[in-house]
Amino acid sequence: MSREQYQVPNMGGQNAFSGDGMGAGAGSLDGPVVAYLCGECNSRVSLKRGDQIRCKECGHRVLYKERTKRMVQFEAR
Amino acid sequence: MAPLVPSQEELDRRRLVDINPETVSNIPSTDFPGHWPGESHEWSLEKFKNDLKIEFHRNERFEASFSLIGVDASIANAFRRILMAEVPSIAIEFVFVHNNTSVIQDEVLAQRLGLIPLKGSVEGINWMRWFKKPTEDDPEGSNPADYNTIVLRLDVECTKNPDADPQEEDPRKLYKNAHVYAKDLTFHPVGRQDQFFVGMDTIQPVNPDILIAKLRPGQAIEMELHCIKGIGADHAKFSPVATASYRLLPDIKILRPIIGEDAKKFAKCFPSGVIGLEPVTREEAAQKGSGYEGHEGEQKAVVVDPFKDTVSRECLRHEEFQGKVKLGRMRDHFIFNIESVGQFESDSLFLESVKVLKLKCARWKRGLTDLMR
Repeated sequence: MSREQYQVPNMGGQNAFSGDGMGAGAGSLDGPVVAYLCGECNSRVSLKRGDQIRCKECGHRVLYKERTKRMVQFEAR
Repeated sequence: MAPLVPSQEELDRRRLVDINPETVSNIPSTDFPGHWPGESHEWSLEKFKNDLKIEFHRNERFEASFSLIGVDASIANAFRRILMAEVPSIAIEFVFVHNNTSVIQDEVLAQRLGLIPLKGSVEGINWMRWFKKPTEDDPEGSNPADYNTIVLRLDVECTKNPDADPQEEDPRKLYKNAHVYAKDLTFHPVGRQDQFFVGMDTIQPVNPDILIAKLRPGQAIEMELHCIKGIGADHAKFSPVATASYRLLPDIKILRPIIGEDAKKFAKCFPSGVIGLEPVTREEAAQKGSGYEGHEGEQKAVVVDPFKDTVSRECLRHEEFQGKVKLGRMRDHFIFNIESVGQFESDSLFLESVKVLKLKCARWKRGLTDLMR
């Protein structure tokens, strides 16, 4: 996504941090689905905007973003 | 007028660097024109050829020790410095990380990989040319090609070992690829490289058991590594030697006899094998003024092998040896010790350094002729 395409998210109650387990209604807004990794059981968790931040397998509440698929170049020094 | 010729005794004295209890004196060399009035110290190829000597003490594959005799310290030091900083070798320089989910960070892993010593066909390494990095003057740089870049890959993924004993606690048995070693690097020849780097001569780590990273199931490393030719002055990973050093040959002179218990104590002041004990002969005891009178059959100290001495100066601390011994070092006797990291053989490394110095001289000469025009 380029800088121009980026839009500041609307914080009006749809913020994932304010949900407190109440994801109701948020599903109606279609956002991109992002895959996360559970910090406890390492299973993949797909979340979209407004989803409760919770692993579907074990209920752990810490999720990590996946590493970029892009190639990264380093100098070996 | 013919130039003055100093006595051999005087020449021997000039060859020595004096080592005193607290100081070192007579350090600089003086065998150049204009230092000693009336003497000619003109440099001549004939004299240099006669004086130059090389004696090998050890010549193992990756460690050589030899004496270079008859050159000035400036030349010997130039060889030492060139060995460390200017003899080219191959090392990993560019790391392209496709995936790395291990706990070790990309940049740290890249730096670790750079330091791994590599080996391969010497002919192939000599065939390779420099990879020019883009600079301000030359923003293009060179493109990777078979003659300047060697491609290695590191592709490992850690998985659970289904055959492992459930009581097992060793992660190396519990998981597959729990430890990533240098031997996991794979060589991928491009272009003409497969003509040079075949069989035993493929590019591979010198020490296959260098630990690169540790993984747990689900973690993976996938990266492409580009190796280029470089010199130690640019980065220490390109230095072909682990150590390259020299010391001057120690010289011990016993000026007055050291006899009996003193001789034993004197021998203890040096590493074993430097000082030996011999009985005083009848002739020596008979000689007036030698200091041996009346000591026939007693033990006296003699210098056996000054090469082994570490020049600790311990003997200079004791009152009973005061004025009886003179320590020194031979100014033009360099005992080199060269240890290769494994890309080249240790004895050929010194020849490489000579080659580099010759090239530098040729460049300097060209510069001088350009200056004259």
